[in-house]
Order: sequence, then structure tokens, then C-alpha cells
Amino acid sequence: MLTVLLVVIILNFLMLHLAPGDIADTIAATMGGADEKDMIQLRTEYGLDQPFFIQLFQYVIKVAMLDLGNSHFYNMPVFDLIMERLPATLLLVFSAQIVSLSLGILLGVYAAQNPNGLSSLFVNMLSLFGYAAPVFWTGILLLIAFSLYIPIFPVAGMRDVTIESDNFFVHAFDVARHLFLPMITLASIFLAYYSRLCRASMLEVLGADFVRTAKAKGLSQRDILMKHALKNSLSPVITFAGLSFSAVVSGAILVETVYSWPGLGTLAFNSIIARDTPVLLGILIFSTLMVTVGNLLTDMVLRSIDPRIQGSQ
Amino acid sequence: MKRHYLKALIISASLILTSLGISFADDHKRGGTLIASMGSNPRHLNPAVQSGIATGFPGSQLFATPIRYDNNWEPQPYLAESWEITDGGKTVRLNLVKDAVFHDGVPIKSSDVKFSLETIQKNHPFKTMFGPVIAVETPDEHTAILKLSQPHPALMLAMSSQLMSIIPEHVYGDGQDPATHPQNSKNVVGSGPFKLVEFKSGEHVILERFDDFFIKGRPYLDKMVIKIVTDPAARTIALENGELDFYAFENVARNVVRLKKNDKLEVTSKGYAAIGPIDWLAFNTKRGKTADVNVRKAIAYAIDRKFILKAIMLGVAEEARTGIHPGSPLYDPNVETYEINIEKANQILDDAGYKKGDDGMRFGLTVDFGWPPLRPNAEYTKAALKRIGIDITVRPSADFPTWARTVSNHEFDLTWDTVFNWGDPVIGVHRTYQSSNIKKGVIWSNTQQYTNPKVDAILEKAGKEIDPEKRKALYSEFQKIIVDDLPVYWTNTLPYHTIYNKKVGDPPLGIWATSSPMDMTYIKK
Repeated sequence: MLTVLLVVIILNFLMLHLAPGDIADTIAATMGGADEKDMIQLRTEYGLDQPFFIQLFQYVIKVAMLDLGNSHFYNMPVFDLIMERLPATLLLVFSAQIVSLSLGILLGVYAAQNPNGLSSLFVNMLSLFGYAAPVFWTGILLLIAFSLYIPIFPVAGMRDVTIESDNFFVHAFDVARHLFLPMITLASIFLAYYSRLCRASMLEVLGADFVRTAKAKGLSQRDILMKHALKNSLSPVITFAGLSFSAVVSGAILVETVYSWPGLGTLAFNSIIARDTPVLLGILIFSTLMVTVGNLLTDMVLRSIDPRIQGSQ
Repeated sequence: MKRHYLKALIISASLILTSLGISFADDHKRGGTLIASMGSNPRHLNPAVQSGIATGFPGSQLFATPIRYDNNWEPQPYLAESWEITDGGKTVRLNLVKDAVFHDGVPIKSSDVKFSLETIQKNHPFKTMFGPVIAVETPDEHTAILKLSQPHPALMLAMSSQLMSIIPEHVYGDGQDPATHPQNSKNVVGSGPFKLVEFKSGEHVILERFDDFFIKGRPYLDKMVIKIVTDPAARTIALENGELDFYAFENVARNVVRLKKNDKLEVTSKGYAAIGPIDWLAFNTKRGKTADVNVRKAIAYAIDRKFILKAIMLGVAEEARTGIHPGSPLYDPNVETYEINIEKANQILDDAGYKKGDDGMRFGLTVDFGWPPLRPNAEYTKAALKRIGIDITVRPSADFPTWARTVSNHEFDLTWDTVFNWGDPVIGVHRTYQSSNIKKGVIWSNTQQYTNPKVDAILEKAGKEIDPEKRKALYSEFQKIIVDDLPVYWTNTLPYHTIYNKKVGDPPLGIWATSSPMDMTYIKK
């Protein structure tokens, strides 16, 4: 993992370095104007006048000492900035992943029972639509439907700061209300993958010998599906879910922007535009961690449903 | 701007409340929370060391300035209850309100004014605002005397809005660099009508009524929540469904048109005259074909302002004919308007010796644009200039810094840009046309590299002319010359609009929009 981190840092440092403009230009943009001397001073202060390798070396040394440095743009420690935003992103990413996975499996199983029927077609259409539609478009559409015409969900943010209550459940419910639309939007992309994959793998398993045996034993359809077929067809779905975890994290960027969700996505996006190198690298380090943890979790789930993996250990 | 300088040696304000130029009927009510929004995430909340409208909105609520402006460009007392201008405009005496305190209860003294001004001089990007101020004397706790090296009429506007925030010396003068002071974002100690409850970057700024504010009975609101909503579509929906009460600086024409149809909302373009945003097409006056004034004129004749106003701005922006915003008292609309005239444009190019080739094209140019909303302007330029045989290549930039580098290093032919006047021309207009401000690598300097000794002389004179009539005449002359020289071709004001729920009373519709204190705003019951 350390090698991965080092490669991530070097590549991104290089990319940001190659992009034209620097933090002094973006600060000028937020100021509505600039002064020549101020810009030179800023560049000296942030060490941007140093050669590339010295900048990179200094940064790597700092990270090795567990110091992510200061944001040039916000003048705040990068670690604090990330910690402020991380819980929101974790909540969004994990809940979306859980929803898309469980709903995807459910739809997949359903569709596999009658692969050429109307309901199967419907599931296919629905999932393909979710996959094909751009996230920001789905997001806005859901907003228009469920915030404007049927105003049951709030448009922006993560909580209603005007609520004055000490009750934990009032606040939890408030966050859940705010979470619902962004979560559905983010989940809609992956729902397609998971349901299609589950359907295909279910179909394969349903034609297998042991299913025929189960049928011959006179087991109920439900038992065959849930106990025998599903367990055997889940591994590819879970494996894929683990692999696509990084895609969920990157998908969160767009969703967060549409819903003003105060997570890492918007911060990452802004720091690219603002050329705020320390923040971007900090976020990348954290998302590398997040993806690793996500993969670890899927591995654990896989083990619990497929004893063969455990055995090979 | 008429009577404030020299003419009256002493302008005293007997009653602060009645002299604000806003009607104070009894319908102003105490209490309530305003749910407002802003479209970008501010770096921090201290306008003394951070310019820009993002910091300006919360910053003007947190910090008071010596004076404020009414809707008619007349200066009004604020933290300074009166002021005297003597010595031909070279001495400005501010008499501060006696019982004003900072949010931590410490009295606001003249030494804080001195400290604030010096901090701004050192850290604020607009060096011309207080450039001529050479010293600040503090004979007593409530008097600050500004000594100037030359008369400086821009000073009045520079002492208002978000431009001269009075910050406490005992907090920001503790030895740490004010530009990176931790209390710029957290535990902000201000002097304005509202104090900071919480600033969560990317999420919201929550402000609360400051009970010891020096204007008794103000502000009316108990609380102000400023949500940071960067997505224009989400913001529009939130205004429509009542989740947001107030949003200023909306510049997406489509959204303005849409929100105007909602009968729960008020939508107005009032209040942006001093901010003064102008869209323009800038020319590189030193490189290639655009160095020839004939080419620039032909381009101006071929680009139809009316089309831009109608088709791109959907009728919600104003026409801008010069470098000074049409809302400014110094604007002179009586200049050459370059009405669309393709024939004339072609004629000018023919006469200047640019012959059409076999494909009907004379030569090629590139056009850049600074912000994604200006993309339609760039596309239109391509279509419009094809008619006069100029082959335009639109060069989209990946993002702002990319564009800023290209333009500030003078590597462009044409570029669309939006530039703000920031009150007085000395602050936001001179910078584009003065030859002394050609500074490679600095965006919004004179990136056109326009040089005209006559313009330089007029601007220098106008910058220190204290007679309002003479000053206006100088700026008229200046506008006529730049319209003739065309270093840039101005098309329209940015369609900034303030949108607010009808339950909001007395929103900030003066010349500075939300870059002014909202102590008069209230919630109707």
C-alpha cells in the first residue's frame, strides 16, 4: 500500500505541476484582482519558486512524518480540512454502495427467475437507464421531482441548521432526509452493474447440476433460490463491488456538487481548480485508504459467503 | 458623489438612523432567521486581507467600515459619525462613533482604524485604494486623521462596503501574519452588526445578531444562515420551494428568467452599480492583426451587442458601452456605439489592406474565454466574424488558472472576460487602461498592453481631481478616447440579480449588494 501511495503522490504532484497556473493565480481570481508583489510573495511563501524535485521531496518527507501540511487556499491544516469533510463522504459512499448492492442483488434474482419475461425486461431497462444517464442529470431530475413538485426532500446540504433540538433522533432523521436523494443518485449508477451481473450469474447457476438435484429433492423454489443458487452466484457480484469501490468514490464528486453535500468530492474538485496541491494530495491519500478499506470489507464478506476462499488461506 | 468632497467642509450626521437614505417605516420587525445562500466557498471571512464577493457577503456583516453608501451614491455615516475633508483633499478627519465595541466587548478606537488601514495597504490586492495615504494620526481615541500625499476622491468609496473593514488590533495585531491569521475563519472578532457562530467550509456560515452593535435597535434579524450552494440548478430549486429566502449575485440568465415567473419571489437587478461587472471582448493591442485599430473596429462593428443582450443574456442584462459601469454616475453613454454594420466592417478591413482569400477569409484569430458562462459569447464571436472574413478558433481553457496564465502572459488574440469596477474608477477601471499597469503574469492588469499617453495623463488627473464636475468631464473624455481606441469592446453588464422571498423586507439593494451591512433587513410576519 505504501508503494501505491508513493506512486499516487508522485503522479499527481507531476500532473498538478504540469497544469498551467498556480495558487497565486487562483487567489487572484477570488480577490477580483492582483498585485505583482503579492503574487511573488505568495509563490515564495509556498515554495512554488523551488524546482519540482525539491518541492516533491519536501512533500514526501512531510507525509512520511504524518504531516499533510497546510492548505494554500484555506490557510488551514489539510488534516483538519479533510476530517471536517470525511464523515459526509463516508456516509454517502457507504450507504450508496450498500443500497445499490442489496437492491441490485434483489432485482437480479428477481429477473433471473423469468429471464425472458416482462418484469425482467423492466429491470433491465431500469438499470440500464440508471447506468446510462449522467449523474448530474439524474440528480437534477430527482431534485425537480422530489424537492420542487413533491417537496418531501431538501435540495441542498446535509442538515437543517435551524433545527433546535437536543434529541439525537431528530438530527439523525434530518440527516437521513438530506441523504436520501444523493444516495439514490449515486446508487443508481451501480445498480445497473450489480443487477445485470447478479442476473447473469444466477442464470448460470440455476442451470447447474446441483440446482437440478435440489429440485429433484423436492425443495421449495424459495429454498432453491436463496440457499443454493444465490449463495453460489454472489461471489462475482461482491468481487465486482469491491473493484468498483474506487468508482463510487469518484462518482461521489459529481453527486456532492449537485446536492451541495459537504464532502471530500467538492473539496477535491475545488482544490484541482485552485491548484491547492497539499489538499488534493491529502484527499488522494485518504481515498486510497478508503478504497483499500472498502476492498478489505468486500474480502471479508466474500469469505463469509464462500467457504472455499477461507479454505485456500 | 456631488456634494461630498471639498464643497462641504463638514458633513455632519445628526441622526444616523434617519440619514441612511432608506425609509424607516414602522414595518421593520425584530426577530427571525434569514436563510441566505452564496454560490462559492470563501477562503476565509476577513475582508481586510481577502477581496472578492464571496468573502464580502459574510465579511460585511461581521465587520463595519467607516462609512456606507445609500442607493444614490451618497456617502452616509457608519462607524464614522462624521468626517471633514480639508487641506485641498489631503487631510481626511474621521470622527468615530463613541460607544462602538468589537464583538468581544473591547471598544473600537482610532488606533484600530489606523491598524486596519495599514493592514489593508499591506495585504489587499487593490493597492490604489489607499495608495496616497501616507499616515494615519490618532489624536484621541475617537478621531483618526488620514494624511494623503495627493487629493484622492476614490477614498470615499474605498472606505465603504467590504473595502475598509475595521478589524481589532488586539486580535489581528498579535504578531501573526493577518493574511493567514487563524481567526480569519474561526472565532472571528468583528465590528459589524452580526457575529460569527460557525463557519464550516463548503457548508455554511452562521451569523447571529450582535446585541451591542453601535446602531441601537439594529440589526433586525436574530440570525442569518448563509448556505454555500455552488450548483446553480440546485440553488434555483431551493429558492423556488422556499428552502432559501435570499440569494444575491445570480448571473445565470436562464435561472433569472425562470425565477421571475415565480410569484413568491422578488427578482431584481438593483444593487450592483458599485460592484460594476462588465463583460467585454479584450484585444491584444501589441501582437498580430489586433494590434491594428482598424481590425479592432471592424470586429466591433461585426459583433452585435443587441444580439448578445437578447439571445445570450435573455434580456436580463444591461448594455455597456464603455469601461465604466452604466450604473455609475461617471458613466458616459454618449460615445460611438458601433451599431452592427457588416458592410462597414468589411469596408474597413478592405481599406486597411486585408484582402479576402479564395475561401472568403482574410486571416485567422483565436478567441479565449475566462469563465464557462462566456462560452456562448466566444461561439457567437466565431459566427459573427466569419461574416467579415475573420476565421476564429475558439480556444477553451481547462479551468481558470489555465486561462489566466495564457492571458496574463499576453499569449492571446481575443478573449472574453468579466471585470469589476469595484466602486471608484481608480480602484477597478484605471488598472485596465494605464500603461504603467502592463504587468506580465498578473491577471486583470492591463493585459491588452494598451498604451496611450493621453489616457495615462487623463487618468492621473482624474484620480486626484476633487471637483465632481471636473472629474466627471475628465472621465467622459477618457471614455470617448478608449471607445475610439478600442483596447476592449464592452458589450454588457453581467446579469447579476438578487432573488428574495417576498417575506424578506428591505434587502440590500444599494450600490454594493451583499458587500454591505444587512442591518436593515428583516422578516415580515
